[in-house]
Amino acid sequence: MASATHGRESGDAKLASRSSMTDESRSIPAEDAGVRFQISNLDFFYGAKQAVHGLNLKVPTNRITALIGPSGCGKSTFLRTLNRMNETVRNSRYTGDILLDGQDIRKMNVVSLRRRVGMVFQRPNPFPKSIFDNVAYGLRINGFKGRLSEQVERSLKRAALWEEVKDYLQKSAFALSGGQQQRLCIARALAVDPEVLLLDEPCSALDPVTTAKIEELLFQLKDSCTLIIVTHNMQQAARASDFTAFMLDGKLIEYNDTSKLFTTPADPRTEAYITGRFG
Amino acid sequence: MRHFDELLGDLRAKLLQMSGLVELAIRDSVHALEGIEDSNARSVFKREVDINRLELEIDGTVTTLLALEQPVASDLRFITAAAKINNNLERIGDLAVNIAERSQSLLQHPHSGIRTDIPQLAELTESMVKRALEAFVAKDADAARAVLVSDDAIDDLRDSIFNDLIDQMKTNSQSVQACVDLMFAGRSLERIADHATNIAEAVVFMIEGVEVRRHHTQAVSG
Repeated sequence: MASATHGRESGDAKLASRSSMTDESRSIPAEDAGVRFQISNLDFFYGAKQAVHGLNLKVPTNRITALIGPSGCGKSTFLRTLNRMNETVRNSRYTGDILLDGQDIRKMNVVSLRRRVGMVFQRPNPFPKSIFDNVAYGLRINGFKGRLSEQVERSLKRAALWEEVKDYLQKSAFALSGGQQQRLCIARALAVDPEVLLLDEPCSALDPVTTAKIEELLFQLKDSCTLIIVTHNMQQAARASDFTAFMLDGKLIEYNDTSKLFTTPADPRTEAYITGRFG
Repeated sequence: MRHFDELLGDLRAKLLQMSGLVELAIRDSVHALEGIEDSNARSVFKREVDINRLELEIDGTVTTLLALEQPVASDLRFITAAAKINNNLERIGDLAVNIAERSQSLLQHPHSGIRTDIPQLAELTESMVKRALEAFVAKDADAARAVLVSDDAIDDLRDSIFNDLIDQMKTNSQSVQACVDLMFAGRSLERIADHATNIAEAVVFMIEGVEVRRHHTQAVSG
């Protein structure tokens, strides 16, 4: 290696000194983050139709992983497989392995799995109950023994909703705005302290300001939770995620550090999709 | 053609236009340095106005594209490379003006007896700039890399010229002003070569997404 004192510098180094900036939180490799989910050779079927083909993926712990791809590519199907939500669909099945912290999810109690792996859907779906009862519901059915009101407050704070609703906890959840309802759904999922939060296009029904609030919330949540988000909004995937997986026709085409995937994608199909030249 | 691709095409066209002006500016400034007539220098000064105007236009286009189109991948790399190339081309234009100004000063001072390799330095510099811009046009990363390794020879030649001029100043006090002008002109040529290196580095990044700044000398020297 040439010594800096003896080698000649490139043009810019001679002309001016320059500082470089890196986003360190984005550059931590997946292997250093730990693996929350390990998916191996996943094939998913709706009856005879195969929706996911041979998917292999390691989802890093306490990071935000985005799933992008055109409509019908299998990303929501894949997401719902991770907490066995697809079992509610008749004739659906999968082969391959999905390990959560090394445990096969098929061997887990499904209620227990869904407590550990919560889900937030595209359209806010609060229960027809009060704000308080929406958050408390999961705690009650899981036999929570602690102080319910404290846990509800903690969850609403984690969802950045507490200040807006603390004086109206007995109000109906339907009285909230769309963005507030979505944050209430996040609080509801967080109340049972999940290790993973699956979010299926959580902002697609929301305005840009509310979307920004939700994205900011996701940044805060990843300290305590692993997040996997399906999004059609590539700018959201670029802004909000640490890692991005691009799917096409049920296959995982590319998976990488988000900044790398959006600056130098390895696969031409990824390049074509994210630059809008797809199809 | 998509609207965005048209915008990218416009940006590319403006950069090519600016490249052409800058190459002419270098050529005229070198002719001014070598020649007797002042007209080459005046051409450089006149062209500088157009170069500066284009620099502002290109900067504006880059900002607009980034704000409105949110480019990614190869489009993003092209746009950021265009911003760097733009900046470097404008600086080359300024350096060509410096050379032209030195040539005008030289006309006022006797210099016919001064021997220097400035013509060779000028030729090598012009070649580097031309090759860097050709690499950009052809999207040729290998050609851009070839430019990077030329810089050391330019630096060595600049040093040699400086030493020659210092020796001549020591033996002939009448030549001092002219030698100083030539030293500054030589320094400007060497800095033009540095900017050509920067352009080549930007081209490699644009095509391959690989950062070669501050690495290419390591590759050469192992």
